[in-house]
Amino acid sequence: MCMRKNECIAMLLAGGEGRRLGVLTKDLAKPAVPFGGKYRIIDFTLSNCVHSGIETVGVLTQYQPLMLTRHLGIGSPWGLDRREGGMHVLPPYVRQKGGTWYKGTANAIYQNLGFLESYDPEYVLIISGDHIYKMDYDLLLEAHKKNNADATIAVISVPWADASRFGIMKVNEEGRIVEFAEKPKKPTSNLASMGVYMFNWSVLKESLIRDEANAQSSNDFGKDIIPTLLAEDARLFSYQFNDYWKDVGTIDSLWEANMDLLEERPSLQLNDRSWRIFTANPNQPAHYVAPSAKVQSSLINEGCVVEGAINRSVLFNGARVGEGSLVEDSILLPGAVVGRNAKIIRAIVGEGAVVGDGCQVGSFDSEDIAVVGSGETIALTTEDKEAETV
Amino acid sequence: MKLPMMGVINLIHEADEMEALTGNRCLASVPFGGRYRLIDFALSSMVNSGIPNVAVFAHRKFRSLMDHLGSGSNWDLHRKMSGLFLLPPSMEDQTDFGKGDLYHFYRHRDYFTRTPLEYVVISRSHMVCNVDFAKVLDQHRESGAEVTVVCKRTPEGTPGLARKAKLDDSGRIVEMQDHFGRLDSDIVSMEMYVLSKELLLDLVETSLAQGRDHFVRHAILTRLHQLNVRAYMHEGVLGVVNNIAAYYQHSMELLRPEVWRELFFKPGSIYTKVKDEPPTHYRSGADVSNSLIANGCDIEGAVTGSILFRGVKVAKGAVVRNSIVMQNGIIGENGVLENCILDKEVEIRPQVQLRGSSEVPFIALKRKVI
Repeated sequence: MCMRKNECIAMLLAGGEGRRLGVLTKDLAKPAVPFGGKYRIIDFTLSNCVHSGIETVGVLTQYQPLMLTRHLGIGSPWGLDRREGGMHVLPPYVRQKGGTWYKGTANAIYQNLGFLESYDPEYVLIISGDHIYKMDYDLLLEAHKKNNADATIAVISVPWADASRFGIMKVNEEGRIVEFAEKPKKPTSNLASMGVYMFNWSVLKESLIRDEANAQSSNDFGKDIIPTLLAEDARLFSYQFNDYWKDVGTIDSLWEANMDLLEERPSLQLNDRSWRIFTANPNQPAHYVAPSAKVQSSLINEGCVVEGAINRSVLFNGARVGEGSLVEDSILLPGAVVGRNAKIIRAIVGEGAVVGDGCQVGSFDSEDIAVVGSGETIALTTEDKEAETV
Repeated sequence: MKLPMMGVINLIHEADEMEALTGNRCLASVPFGGRYRLIDFALSSMVNSGIPNVAVFAHRKFRSLMDHLGSGSNWDLHRKMSGLFLLPPSMEDQTDFGKGDLYHFYRHRDYFTRTPLEYVVISRSHMVCNVDFAKVLDQHRESGAEVTVVCKRTPEGTPGLARKAKLDDSGRIVEMQDHFGRLDSDIVSMEMYVLSKELLLDLVETSLAQGRDHFVRHAILTRLHQLNVRAYMHEGVLGVVNNIAAYYQHSMELLRPEVWRELFFKPGSIYTKVKDEPPTHYRSGADVSNSLIANGCDIEGAVTGSILFRGVKVAKGAVVRNSIVMQNGIIGENGVLENCILDKEVEIRPQVQLRGSSEVPFIALKRKVI
């Protein structure tokens, strides 16, 4: 088979469970979690690939892939339905000698060495479908080439207090990595790995084969591959990224990242024609804002019907809010329905969930973000109703 | 389910009095309802009814229409075997261009003969509606009609230019007149005709042989006494959109939630070309009520009784009242619009005030800066 030569192809890790997202990832993988009124988390990395000129992307799926693969389709929303290359969904599979689940991030790529070999690229970009950011990977590749690096890791400065949650590295003045620690208790730097790695294909292949042979390894890029390469004095460079980047791994951070979009000048600009975020569009009509509605500092997507008050909130396609209701500091996922005279405060209401007339979800006093799971119904009990009429 | 019927959206000599709005585009590609083009309604209805292939007989000014339709993928019409066919005039010489639709059907008769589908529905593009053609075909077969015309009862004074029809007690059309005729009837033709392919090809050939080349005027209206032509009464929403008054009034009808719900969702969804615009950003100070707002807008000012298409910016202090602002319009700070229709990419500079009336809305041409 003759394939057009790809200089760089991307491997997108999308099998994450996202356990800390609770009910939101009960039936779907973390990359498929809705974000920003219209998107799913994975749309950001996929759109980044396309805008960076990467036209061959392997998407590695594992946990709860139904919704994710339905969303991905054959890649057409991102223009990745190609005769040559394009998007490939790569789940773990059975072979003659057994076959296993993806054991770790490195093992997932290892199990797909055959896929990479069929394209035989110069460079392989490893990214994950768990993060919200807009990044030109081509600039990363340029830096990688300029440094004559074996691998380049994109890094971002994080607050010192958060540093122990990330893979932290120390770099010298030319950006070469001199020290790497995965989730260090006492961080010596605040440069965090974004989970974006550019590898020379030959280096990656060799390290993955060696890593797989090592029975002690946990087969993880951050814990095994990078430290091993560093110990061997490989040319590992950092690439400093200075724009918006967020790991939306918890309910709080997911909520926060949505709220970030509502600022007067959001640091993540969705309305950017040069770097549009593509997604599978539901094709619903323009949303309707009724005379009784009041909408402030919010994002509202197509297909919504708004009759209540919306303040600092994000409404996904087809969400409905009845008259007399208040939605504040909240997120309504696709098709969520809020009845009349209900209150949704500091909450995430799941896909197709229904909050009945007069109900309240969440409150201003609560530290935690309230979550209504997808398809759930919340209604006043008969006692509530009696109490109300009294 | 697949219906044994092919679709034709006939844009040949499609009459319009849309003035500036069709200066550079055909009626079929006039933007409507915040994100659609007029053709989306007939096209989506056909697709939702299970019609597997649709030919668009293009005629004039169809660049934007081609751009809009593309491969047909937004309507799931990018099929291997059937799907969307865009058929511009195929002519022997330039004078053929002015000939009637029957001539153009004849030139493209291969489109009709190459599929085994038994029936044809011929529609125009300017009827804003959501029709289930499977039901029309059911009635067509059950009633023994040779031609079934989709019709709608409309109250006196409804804007838009439409043919009127008179039925006998059995539902047969005994008289039909152009919109300027004096026929006293509240039943208008939606210009959607269902007939067998065999009859259509026969009408094409016999009419052309007699030197007559207009489908409705010649092939149908002169044969009302020979052919069994019956009406199918459409119960849903209808907007006949072929002049400015109708465009404005039927647009504003969409602000009634029951019309919005019915037109866009029942019996199927209306599809259009997607643009990947982000959700609309309402900023603090935004004051929006009774309006239809598409994606990608950025609103800081006041909008009421209006329709904003995709990517419209309304700056601080601006007021948009009873107006229609098409794609990528910009309303500068403290600008005021009242009863206006702004074509695509119009920019209203800060402090500028524009006012039309509800009978005669002010129209700004595409890409004007005012």
